[in-house]
Order: sequence, then C-alpha cells, then structure tokens
Amino acid sequence: MRTRTKPALNVPSDAVHPAPLSIRVIVNGQPRTIAVEPRTTLLEALREGLALTGTKKGCDRGECGACTVHLDGRRVLSCMTLAAMQDGRRITTIEGLAKDGRLHPLQAAFIERDGFQCGFCTSGQIMSAIAVIEEAKAGWPSAATVDVARPFTAADLTTTEIRERMSGNLCRCACYPNIVDAIADAAETG
Amino acid sequence: MHPFSLSRAGDAASAIAAHAQDATLAFIAGGTDLLGLIKDRALLPQRLLDINSLPDLARIEALTDGGLRIGALARMSDVAADAGVRRRFPVIAEALLFAASGQLRNMATIGGNILQRTRCPYFRDGDDLPCNKRRPGSGCAALHGLNRSHAIFGWSQDCVATHASDVAVAFAALDARVIVRGRAGERSIPFADFHRLPGDTPQRDTALERGDLIVAVEVPAAEEARASHYLKVRDRQSYEFALVSAAVAVATDGRRIRSARLALGGVAHKPWRLSAAERALRGLSLDDVEALKPAIATSFADARPLAHNGFKVELARRVVLRALQTAGGRA
Repeated sequence: MRTRTKPALNVPSDAVHPAPLSIRVIVNGQPRTIAVEPRTTLLEALREGLALTGTKKGCDRGECGACTVHLDGRRVLSCMTLAAMQDGRRITTIEGLAKDGRLHPLQAAFIERDGFQCGFCTSGQIMSAIAVIEEAKAGWPSAATVDVARPFTAADLTTTEIRERMSGNLCRCACYPNIVDAIADAAETG
Repeated sequence: MHPFSLSRAGDAASAIAAHAQDATLAFIAGGTDLLGLIKDRALLPQRLLDINSLPDLARIEALTDGGLRIGALARMSDVAADAGVRRRFPVIAEALLFAASGQLRNMATIGGNILQRTRCPYFRDGDDLPCNKRRPGSGCAALHGLNRSHAIFGWSQDCVATHASDVAVAFAALDARVIVRGRAGERSIPFADFHRLPGDTPQRDTALERGDLIVAVEVPAAEEARASHYLKVRDRQSYEFALVSAAVAVATDGRRIRSARLALGGVAHKPWRLSAAERALRGLSLDDVEALKPAIATSFADARPLAHNGFKVELARRVVLRALQTAGGRA
C-alpha cells in the first residue's frame, strides 16, 4: 500500500486529493473542455488550462478587478468563481473581443484615449467597461444615481456614473481620467 | 486554495439533509464571501454543495399585500435594478448599490449577503491571530488592538466585530423576515432575531442551525418604505465597507414625522435598530434640526466606544440625521 503524506491537522484526509474533473464551456464562442480540480478558479482554468493569459491575476481576492470576464454576458470576477460550477456556460475574455482583425470599440477607445500605462489592469478594465455600458442601456442605477426610484437611461451615464460603476477595477498607474474618457467616448458612439 | 469536494444539489430536501448530517459541508451560491474565507483559511470546509440550480429561489416578487419577497438566490444586481424595489423600497436598492463592486453584485446572492462574515482584520488574518470567532477560546486581538472599524454597541469581551452587510441594515429597519427551510420544515425568523450579539459565543453569527437553508427574505409593506434612504460613510467613496451607515424610512404628515424607522450599520455585531430614537422622533418637524438631534441621541445612551472608534458615536448621530432629512425629502 502506498503511504500518504500526513494531512495537516485541520485538513480532512478525504479532501486532500480531490478527484480532477472535466468541464465543458463555451469560451469566446468556441466549445472547450478543461480539466480542473473542484478548487480551481475560473481564472486559473482560463490561464493554465486554456493558455488564455489575457485575463490577469492581481489580488486573487476579488478586490482589484484584473480578472474580470463575462459569464453568460455578465461581468464577474474569475478569481472568485469556481470553474467546476460553470459547466455549460458561456465565457468571454479579452481575447474574444476583436472580430475579423478589428478591435472592439472599447479597445480602440482605450488606445485613442491612452487609457493605460503598464497594461496589467487593462483587460479587466475593458471587460468591465463593456458591461458598464450594457448595464446602463438596461437601465440599471448605481450608487451615483441621485434618485434610484426614477428610470435610468443610457443618456444618464455621466463621468460621475462611470467612475462609480468602474470602482471595482483598480489601476495602480492611476490612468483613471483617461479610462473614464475612453468609456464615455465608447458609450456615446455605441 | 484548501482542497474540497464539490457537488450540485438537485433539490432542497436533499441539500438540507446533507447539510444537517455533515458539519464539514458548506452551501455555495455566489461564493464571493465563502471563497475569500477559504483562501484566507478562516473557514476550511471539506465539501461544498452548489445550491445554484435549486428551483424557484431567485425570484423577486411583489406580494399582494404590498410586501416584497426576495428569493435567497436572487443576485444583488438584479434586486437593485428591479423597478418595483427601486420605487417602493429605495433603501433596499441603495443599500445594495453602495455595497461591493459591479462584478461582485452580479455574483453575490441575497442569502449569502446577509450571511457574510465580519471584515474584522484579525478574523481575516491568515496568520491566525487570537480570534474567538475563528478559533473559540483564543481571545480577541481587536479588543486591545487596532479597533477603529469595530463596534460601539453590544460588543462583549470576547468579540468587538461588526457585521459587514449593507442590505441587512435596510432589512432590519423594515422588519423583514428571513424564511428558512430546515429539518423541521419552514419557519420565518424576524430580522431582529436573525443575527446574534457576540456574547461568549461569537463564533455563531446567526440563529441558523445545521440543516437550515435560507429560501427568501420577506419585507412587509410599510407606510414608511417609499420615503427611505441608505447613507453610507466610509474611508473611500466607493467599493469599501461602512465605517457607519444608516437605513432610514419615514412617514410624514406634511413635514411632521408620523413614524420613522432607523437602523445603523458598522456599529455592532448585527444591524442596530434605534428604537428609542424612533419613539422620540414622532411628531417632530423634519425642519427642526435642534429638536431632531436630541431625539436621535436618545439611542446613544448605551454606546460604548473602544480605544480607537470614539468618533463613530458622533458620526453615527450625524449620519442618521442626514439620512432622515434625505428620506424626508422623498415623502
């Protein structure tokens, strides 16, 4: 019989070697199968399992937004999402935005407005920004909305609104003014 | 991350049975708090049971009597965007919108939100400092440590942590009820009894037992609910937990207060209802600030600030006053 490493005091023995499983998801329009452990985050599955390294690991605690992706069309934090719970779902990452060699309007706006320096947060910023514009179109209010009881329209998406709605995406180079300008441009033309 | 097994719950009854018989099993829905706790090793479950596909738990329903029923699996962003919630219970929508970030609100559920654990940095500390909530009997590092963000009401020698949820403060002000399905069937817990004070068992946050599954939060119709407001004061303007927050709802005759509902967040181990102030405010004019101030102060006679959070007492009084004025403006 093979000897097992003695588990740490508070780690139950039957959970030490959880069986890997495979999930099937649609990533950027393509059906993909990924081998994961129950504890594998969606972020790790994308980066390590599919080599889609555009999605970044920053804090790994849901605080910085660098890992933002779209899950069934909604922005989420892939570092706080278990991959094994996403079987059958549709995921969009920064790699899935450009179509036929043409940048997504938000990508173009970030370049036009110089919305980045080091670029580490940029894919999360752009994934979040796309959702911010969609959420505003859907009439979602925010903490910057003066009266939540009234309907919200895309025309109400002021720079104050954009800043509040983007607060879950940190930029340590502090490119915030240019990021907000890029999103405002895209919202106007989109 | 600490390893665990993962399975999907097919129906509520089997989920409840599994939870009742296995103390190392945790339900997972949005996962935004649970995975943080596991990563910080503040919680080490052996098994996670994914309850996201349980049927009928994500609905937001207007009840025929004017009340509101929010399914436990409804996402924060969906509740905050709901037109009926925004129009009839603005304090609920605002409390949700002032919490977390857009990404987290898309993930986190209402049931999980009211169950989130404290943000006390000693509880969350990966180095396992003394914390009776994390390791019962080990002591409270915050009591004699840095306690600027901690409680001013209802704390004990064993724990001075505060509850972090914003929407729970709104639910407390509106006398919501937590609908729970457990081993003995379904029951309804008044919000005031749902969260516990720490006493000498701070490891228990709520009245829930093993095998309990939150299925919904029900908010009764209240004449004050329409003119309501959530005001949150924090070190950063966005994406931060409250130093002090207030949920206020008010019914008026002209500018005179007929009845007010007041609850504070960031000041205690649970949402802190200001019942004495609610009584003292009746009949006062919303414009008579010099009368409103002492009426609000009647609920602060039992405030016990710690070494570093004395500022919360005055801050909380002012937050209540300003929230009351804003809510009153909506009447």
